[in-house]
Amino acid sequence: MAVESVPSSDLAAPLSATPKSRRVLDSILGIVGELLITAGLILGLYVVWQLFYTDVLSARTQTQALDNLAWAEPVRVPAITAGGTTAVGAPAPTVEVATIPEDLKVYSAEGAPVIAEPAEATTFATLHVPRWGYDYVKPVSEGTDRERVLDKLGIGHYKGTAMPGAVGNFAVAGHRTTYGKPFSDINTLQVGDSLVVQTESAWYVYTVTDHAIVNPDYMAAVAPVPGKPGEAPTVASITLTSCHPKFSAAQRYIVWGTLKYWAPTGHGYPSELLEKP
Amino acid sequence: MIYPWIWRHLPGPRWARAIQVALILAIVVLSLFEWVFPWVSAILPYQDQTVGGQ
Repeated sequence: MAVESVPSSDLAAPLSATPKSRRVLDSILGIVGELLITAGLILGLYVVWQLFYTDVLSARTQTQALDNLAWAEPVRVPAITAGGTTAVGAPAPTVEVATIPEDLKVYSAEGAPVIAEPAEATTFATLHVPRWGYDYVKPVSEGTDRERVLDKLGIGHYKGTAMPGAVGNFAVAGHRTTYGKPFSDINTLQVGDSLVVQTESAWYVYTVTDHAIVNPDYMAAVAPVPGKPGEAPTVASITLTSCHPKFSAAQRYIVWGTLKYWAPTGHGYPSELLEKP
Repeated sequence: MIYPWIWRHLPGPRWARAIQVALILAIVVLSLFEWVFPWVSAILPYQDQTVGGQ
């Protein structure tokens, strides 16, 4: 290649002044550059979508799913309860909330109304977790398909596992980050905390008994007797699964609990909902 | 270059082209948000929270 020093003023000369091969190379590099910049922008947009937009969308569909349950006790229930504070930190007005009388509580799974497993993506229960705030009420829907249930409706029930109140394991999964992140604070649950499930006809109050961080293939987590696949269950259990650590799929965070009591709906709230642990 | 080429081939005066560019951008971003990203996200494993790959 002939080495000729080009005066800088020539850079502004018409394109035709540069050799043709040089121009072709320039436009190829230019197009590659544009494509790379475009790819960068799309990746950036994806992050924005995943971290923020999915929350917006899922919060909407999950609230909608709750509103569609005519029987679901008012969402944001004891945002209005004695002595507490609302999610926004304002002191809650003291309002008398009826609690379920002791004689209606049944401290075993015996006689508990158990609904049949509904069709996929059907919302059939709500989950209240006092540890996560008075206003934590989320819909529970059938199935753990990402696109149909978990990404849209929030908490999903593992198909084939027990229904609320039944002897066996009522196993549910939920996102820990993004998509409305119903289980974002799953790591804050402690032994003794209450997990309250409501269906149309009953309240089921579970108590957290244990937690574990396991590998994604640990199917035993959702076995009828948690951790002991193949054994016949004698109590009603609950299992919550979510991803761990946050923003990773390396492991799963599991929380187990057992049924403390059940009670029919229509007689007030379980007192557990009014006590902040 | 791709983008200057598109700009040159859009009809109308400068302001009309600007509006068209804004529209095209909006359509592209919307279809990414509504269809492409949900699809990609379901393929990537980073958001899975079930055991046993159910």
